[in-house]
Amino acid sequence: MNAIIEYLKELFGGIKTLLTGMKVTGYYFVHPKEITTQQYPENRKTLKMFDRFKGEVSMPHDENNQHKCTACSICEINCPNGSIEVISRQVEKEDGKKKKELDTYIYKLSMCTFCGICIKVCPQDAIVFSQGFEHAVYNKEKLIKTLNKPGSSLKEKVKE
Amino acid sequence: MAFNIYDFTSFNQSIDKLLYDNLPPFWALIIEMTLIGVAFLLFYALVGLFLVYAERKVCAFIQNRVGPNRVGPYGIFQTFADFIKLLMKEIIHIRKADQFLFNLAPFIVIIASFMAIAAIPFGLGLHAIDFNIGVFYVMAVSSLGVIGILLAGWSSNNKYSLIGAMRSGAQIVSYELSVGMSLVTIVILAGTMQLSEIVEAQRNGWFIFTGHIPAIIAFLIFIIAGTAETNRGPFDLAEAESELTAGFHTEYSGIKFAFFFLAEYMNMFIVASIAATVFLGGWMPLHLGPLLTDLLGNWSLKFNTGVDFIPPFFWYMGKTLLVIFLMMWFKWTFPRLRIDQLLKLEWKYLLPINLFNIILMALIVLMGWHF
Repeated sequence: MNAIIEYLKELFGGIKTLLTGMKVTGYYFVHPKEITTQQYPENRKTLKMFDRFKGEVSMPHDENNQHKCTACSICEINCPNGSIEVISRQVEKEDGKKKKELDTYIYKLSMCTFCGICIKVCPQDAIVFSQGFEHAVYNKEKLIKTLNKPGSSLKEKVKE
Repeated sequence: MAFNIYDFTSFNQSIDKLLYDNLPPFWALIIEMTLIGVAFLLFYALVGLFLVYAERKVCAFIQNRVGPNRVGPYGIFQTFADFIKLLMKEIIHIRKADQFLFNLAPFIVIIASFMAIAAIPFGLGLHAIDFNIGVFYVMAVSSLGVIGILLAGWSSNNKYSLIGAMRSGAQIVSYELSVGMSLVTIVILAGTMQLSEIVEAQRNGWFIFTGHIPAIIAFLIFIIAGTAETNRGPFDLAEAESELTAGFHTEYSGIKFAFFFLAEYMNMFIVASIAATVFLGGWMPLHLGPLLTDLLGNWSLKFNTGVDFIPPFFWYMGKTLLVIFLMMWFKWTFPRLRIDQLLKLEWKYLLPINLFNIILMALIVLMGWHF
C-alpha cells in the first residue's frame, strides 16, 4: 500500500513540477514586453549600456582638465598582456622638490582583454571602464590611444 | 443532410470521372496518383517551411528573444532563405560510409512520413486513402521512420551516429506501445479504425469531451508518447547536441540533412494531426452535443449552424497547430531526459496508466457512461 502511495505521490509531484515550468515559459510567451533583445543598429541612438558594462578603459577628467593619475604604473605592472604604458616625467616644484608626473598614458585597445585588473588595482581610482563598445576602425594605429587629455594635470588631493 | 459547400467528394468524383472517360484506366490511375503526389509535395514543403519558422518564433518568445526578423516582414522568409542555402550546400562525400545505405536512409525517413500523411483526413473528401484500418495503418507506417534513423546511424561509420540511432531505436520501440495503446482507447470508444468514420462519430462532440476522463488521460499520454516518437525535445536523446554532436545525422550535409530536418517537422505535424483527428474531432467543427442542446435549446442549434460556416480545413489546421504549439511548448520548457529516465517514464508510468485507462474506457463504453 505504501508503495502505491509513493508511486502516486511521485506521479503527481512530477506533473506539478512540469506544470510549474510550463507556467513560467507560457507567461513569457504571452508577454512580449519581457523581451530583452536589443535591436542594436536600429536603436543605436537610444541604446544605453548598463553601469557595470566593460567597454574600454578611460581616464575621467574633471572640468579643470585634471585627472587623478599619479603615474605610479601599478596598472602597467599588473596588466597581463602589456596593453598599458605609463610614461612619466620629473618636474621640479616651487619648493625645489622633484616630483613624478604623468606625461602620457598609452592604452593599446587592440591588446586589451577587458579583464579589469588595471581598474581594480588603481589606488587613486584614476581609470574606469567607459560604456563605449563600438571599437571598429580601419587602421590598427587608431587602437593605440592616449588616455590623458593634452595639457591635463594631476588633481591635488584636498586635505581634510 | 443539407447540401454542404465544403464537401469535396463530388469535386473529386468529377475529376475522377473526367480522367477515366478520356483515358485508359491505367493512365488515368497514374495521373491521379501524380496529381495527389504533387499536391502532397507542395503541402509538405509549405508546412515544413512554416513549421520551422513557427518553431523559431515560439522558441524565441519563450526565451525572451525576438527570433528571425530580418528577412521579410517579421522574418517570414527566413526559412525560405535557409532552405535555399541548404540546397546550395556541398554534399560531403563520406569515404568510409556504407554508400548505399547512407544514401537510402534519408529517403526511408521521408517516405515513411509521406505514407502516413496520405491517410489523414483534411476535410470532407480531402482524404487520399480512406483505409478501414486507418489508425492501425498510420501507426504502422509512422514507425517505419526508425528504420531510416537506424540505417543512417549505422552506415555513417561514426560512433556518435550509431549511439544516437540506437537510442532512437530503444526510444521508439518503447513509446510506440504508448501511442498504440492510447489510440486503442479511442478505438474502443469509436468502435471503428477508419479515420473518416472516427471523424464522423465526433459530429455531436469531440471524443475528448464525450469520452471524458479516460479520453483526456489517453490524449495526454498520446501527446507525451508522440513527442517522444518524433525525437523532439525533451526526448531528443537521439540527437542530443551536447553529447552526440548531432546524433544520427552528424555525417549528413546539404539536401540529405534537409530531408531529415524536414521529416522531423513533418512527423511532428503527423502526430499532431492524428491527435487532432482522433481526440479533437479532425475537421469536424465544435458542435454542442445533445446534452447541451437540451440545456440551451435554440441557441445551441444556432451555434452549431454558425460554426459550420468555418471551412473544415481551417478547423483541422487550427486543431493541429494547437497540438503542435503544445509540443513546441514542451520542447522549450523541459530539460532533456536521461536514457534511464526515458525508459522509466515509459515502462513505469505511461504503460501501466495506459493499460488501466483501456480497462476504464472499456468499462465506460460497456456501461454507456459516455456522452
